[in-house]
Amino acid sequence: MGESYAAVMPANAYNWIAVWRRNCLAWRKVAPASVLGSLADPLTNLFGLGLGLGVIVGSVEGTSYIAFLAAGVVATSAMTSATFETLYATFARMDMSRTWEAILSTQLTLGDIVLGELVWAASKSVLAGTAIGTVAATLGYASWPSIFYAMPAVALTGLVFASLAMVVISLAPSYEYFVFYQTLVLTPMMFLCGAVFPMNQLPSSFQHFAGLLPLAHSVDLIRPVMLERGAGDAALHVAALCMYAVFPFFVSTALLRRRLLR
Amino acid sequence: MSTVAIDLAGVSKSFGGKLIVNELSLSVARGECFGLLGPNGAGKSTTARMLLGMISPDAGKITVLNEPVPARARLARVRIGVVPQFDNLELGFTVKENLLVFGRYFGMSARKIEAVAPSLLEFARLESKADVRVAELSGGMKRRLTLARALINDPHLLVMDEPTTGLDPHARHLIWERLRVLLARGKTILLTTHFMEEAERLCDRLCVLEGGRKIAEGKPDALIDEHIGCDVIEIYGGNPHELSELIRPHARNVEVSGETLFCYAAHPEQVRAQLRGRAGLRILQRPPNLEDVFLQLTGREMEK
Repeated sequence: MGESYAAVMPANAYNWIAVWRRNCLAWRKVAPASVLGSLADPLTNLFGLGLGLGVIVGSVEGTSYIAFLAAGVVATSAMTSATFETLYATFARMDMSRTWEAILSTQLTLGDIVLGELVWAASKSVLAGTAIGTVAATLGYASWPSIFYAMPAVALTGLVFASLAMVVISLAPSYEYFVFYQTLVLTPMMFLCGAVFPMNQLPSSFQHFAGLLPLAHSVDLIRPVMLERGAGDAALHVAALCMYAVFPFFVSTALLRRRLLR
Repeated sequence: MSTVAIDLAGVSKSFGGKLIVNELSLSVARGECFGLLGPNGAGKSTTARMLLGMISPDAGKITVLNEPVPARARLARVRIGVVPQFDNLELGFTVKENLLVFGRYFGMSARKIEAVAPSLLEFARLESKADVRVAELSGGMKRRLTLARALINDPHLLVMDEPTTGLDPHARHLIWERLRVLLARGKTILLTTHFMEEAERLCDRLCVLEGGRKIAEGKPDALIDEHIGCDVIEIYGGNPHELSELIRPHARNVEVSGETLFCYAAHPEQVRAQLRGRAGLRILQRPPNLEDVFLQLTGREMEK
């Protein structure tokens, strides 16, 4: 049994690149629509909440509300773009369009494919984060170079949520089940993890729980960078996010092996 | 290097308590075209997928191109080309992009892929379609592109799961002709099919599967000689059961399948004499084929 699990793990450190490049080629054909689509939702949140609520709220943690929110929107969009890429596009490649089936007849392993898909989803997070960060910096809600310093944390966030979504698609019988993950996991996380309001507004018992969630670690990494503040516990947040990325990778690969390679 | 391309020893696989492949043993030599023949559900596709390491057997031992499968299937697949039962081409990509993307999965550089692509497209008769999106190709063209794609890594072995199912006769003949060219170049081919004609035309040897078990194995001619060895008379119309009683004394064997009576007779003229003067009968006398072997072995017709 152990041997057959070993056989589906990534075969080497670079096989996944072929999968990433395949997805990149497919994306390039629809790039303008894809970029617009991934920008619309976060920018609506940023301006709708930031400008609208900003007037009422005033300043938060020593900065304008919209600047506070900008970092939260960058982190949240990294979460949603990696999640949706994995739930919908990756699921289609695994299931209906038989792309994975074709790849599995080559020298690539299932683990190579999963890794390529995860890095691709993380790349889309970086793309979305860069686009929103650019808008925020242009309008003066974040400083210019700092949004680029935030990108490693955005990429790691993308990897985490792609990896978690990979577990979801390895279990879900069809598209219909994804909505539970979106409404019961992602949306609450957005409100619990300090993306739209500071976590200290939560009841203290919630704060402890919320502090363990992956998005909280992402926000705590990204916001200080975008507001040019010193980040406390950065190493801890990075370590936590790495665990959230790596552990689901192994779980989903094992589950996908059961699903696809009986 | 061993002269055996594929070796299965006592391989079994069940899904959900149902035995799909039952203690199957077979061996395919290099350069040979070997057919897995049987009706739908006989275990052909499951066997083909096990060879590629895409399904793990419950019992038995599989060796492909000297690599134990599934443990080292990845290394075997480096030298295998696969034509799956259902096309899994990239519909949104052009013909050339399909080859590029697929070549990269084998670790080939873009330059290397561009160097081999023209000859593959020529082989698949798709030279003029290089920049056409796959979604715009006909079924036969897609199948030929799948074949070209399977050759990108210059494989020793081709595993083809029902390569011509769903194609019209013209497209099917073109694929057969291309496969014969590959065999002439020394490639080994394992193909699954439920087309008797396909098996007879292409396969050096074949094995007939039913319910996951091997029920016959050998060269097509030898199987036909061994199991039939005489002309076949097909009789349509009339009451098959009544007619079978009438001609049974003059025939070696009589099988009823649906509305058709199959009569195997060393002296067909005696059978024809019995039927002379009966109205409403259509009688066809022909040499025996693999379909008859299958009918003889199982008492059933294979789906067409």
